[in-house]
Amino acid sequence: MSETPHIDIDYVANLARLDMTDAEKAKLGTQLDDILGYFDKLNAVDVDGVEPMAHAHRVFNVWREGDEPGETYAPEVLTKMAPESRDNQVVVPKVVE
Amino acid sequence: MSDLHFKTISELAAMLAAGETTSVEITQAVIDRTAAVDAQVKAFLSTDTEDALAQAKASDERRAAGKALGPLDGIPIGIKDTLAVKDQPLRCASKMLENYVSPYDATCIVKLREAGAVIWGRLNMDEFAMGSSTENSAYQTTANPWDLETIPGGSSGGSAAAMAAGEAIATLGTDTGGSIRQPAALCGVVGMKPTYGLISRYGLVAFASSLDQVGPFARTVEDAAILMEAMLGKDDLDSTSIAPQGETNYSEALKTKKGPWKLGVPQEFFGEGIDPEVKANIEKAIDWYKSQGCEIVDISLPHSELAVPVYYIVATAEASSNLARFDGVRYSHRSEEAKDAMTLFTKSRGEGFGDEVKRRIILGTYVLSSGYYDAYYLRAQKVRRLILGDFEKAFEQVDAILTPTSPTPAFKRGERADDPLAMYLSDVYTISVNLAGLPAISVPSGFTESGLPIGLQVIGKAFGEADMFAVANAFEKAHDYAQQTPTL
Repeated sequence: MSETPHIDIDYVANLARLDMTDAEKAKLGTQLDDILGYFDKLNAVDVDGVEPMAHAHRVFNVWREGDEPGETYAPEVLTKMAPESRDNQVVVPKVVE
Repeated sequence: MSDLHFKTISELAAMLAAGETTSVEITQAVIDRTAAVDAQVKAFLSTDTEDALAQAKASDERRAAGKALGPLDGIPIGIKDTLAVKDQPLRCASKMLENYVSPYDATCIVKLREAGAVIWGRLNMDEFAMGSSTENSAYQTTANPWDLETIPGGSSGGSAAAMAAGEAIATLGTDTGGSIRQPAALCGVVGMKPTYGLISRYGLVAFASSLDQVGPFARTVEDAAILMEAMLGKDDLDSTSIAPQGETNYSEALKTKKGPWKLGVPQEFFGEGIDPEVKANIEKAIDWYKSQGCEIVDISLPHSELAVPVYYIVATAEASSNLARFDGVRYSHRSEEAKDAMTLFTKSRGEGFGDEVKRRIILGTYVLSSGYYDAYYLRAQKVRRLILGDFEKAFEQVDAILTPTSPTPAFKRGERADDPLAMYLSDVYTISVNLAGLPAISVPSGFTESGLPIGLQVIGKAFGEADMFAVANAFEKAHDYAQQTPTL
């Protein structure tokens, strides 16, 4: 377990775009050290030459038979779901200075 | 008819066909039962009785016109809060989706409607299906109807508890690492996870896309088979769904496939961490199969002890990517403190997600991050193939595999809340099945001395549902565990 790197939570939380309180980070840090220590079990396995498996079945390049137009939604149905909308458009805080 | 709510789909279908009851009567019985017990059980996040009764009335009218659709016509089915049901809330038990209402039906819901089913209520779960106890719901903690102080399992805890308490005739759940089978075992009902790809995931809120599957909870194996027949099939809206292979007339298979079978028992599933009562119970079930002429084969799944770390790397990696869509922009919670693009994302996500979801997003982001990808994610994907290889080798010798579903019966609320690793180990017997994409079912196999249910897991070959159902059905029909109900 000593070989397990301690997670830099600030760095990872920034990658994940996730705001966390100091208390949350402190608690999570200890828990993640335990969990990652447990993950070290995997280092004991010889995986030389083993092909990685991303999926239960081999699925490649799935093409639709024919892309028929189906039911669509009126813009107001979809923009209604947004926290804020105006004129059938989603409103967000200013993102360009 | 006071006990309609505890009847099976096949019993009710026969009664409906004979004109002995109506869908409105059945639906009303389920509504009344829910009103009577859900204050204790807390299985439902929301219900729409008017909508359910309208569907029931439509079913009765169909039947009166001679146009009844089949065994599911008029049967009320509860839905886990992670599947889209048109015009109903879909919150995934998260504050992040507090105000979300589905604009469309998930494909499995469309198929149930086509079969005439009455879509009934939204069932509690662990937030975004992350958990094994339903304690991670942002709204309420569901109780196990067999002992209200204990958890119902998870993440589909509401779906399992509603079945045990008679609040639905059947329910749907989702199973990413055991989230149908483990709560089914802990609540004493049947729960089944299909072969990966057999049921469309369209309309299911994605957690870990290479593992997630929709599946049924039911009172009997036969009912689960009826539900599977209605829902399976390739769907253009889910490119990972697969055209069914092999025998898919499961109800017929239950009548024709009588064994004896060659059944594998992996010794790795009976070692450290298993509760002695669970162990004795499952060994007794294995002895029963032996007494029926089945050949019991000792098999080895040598990489199964690595399933937990592989799963929690693969699943959290996929989750961190899938949950990136909850960004406060289009349909999820938005923080009032959002001042610019960055705080819009970080504050909204920080406020909207609960502890376990945050834990998994951080873990998943970490194992995918530069410098750690090879050591964790890539290595886990390789070990995943070794786990599949173990099963493929075992299935050269046997028709199905028997194991406990959960290493322990239901545990007390709060017992593992602060120890995520202990919670993750609740899934030790179920997750290798998801990693390998196989079908598996949990059937009630008895009770502990204190009266808590235990479940037997039958694992089938890929697309081997017909045999898996038949093996489970034989055990169920020879015992009365599935007919027992808790006192509430």
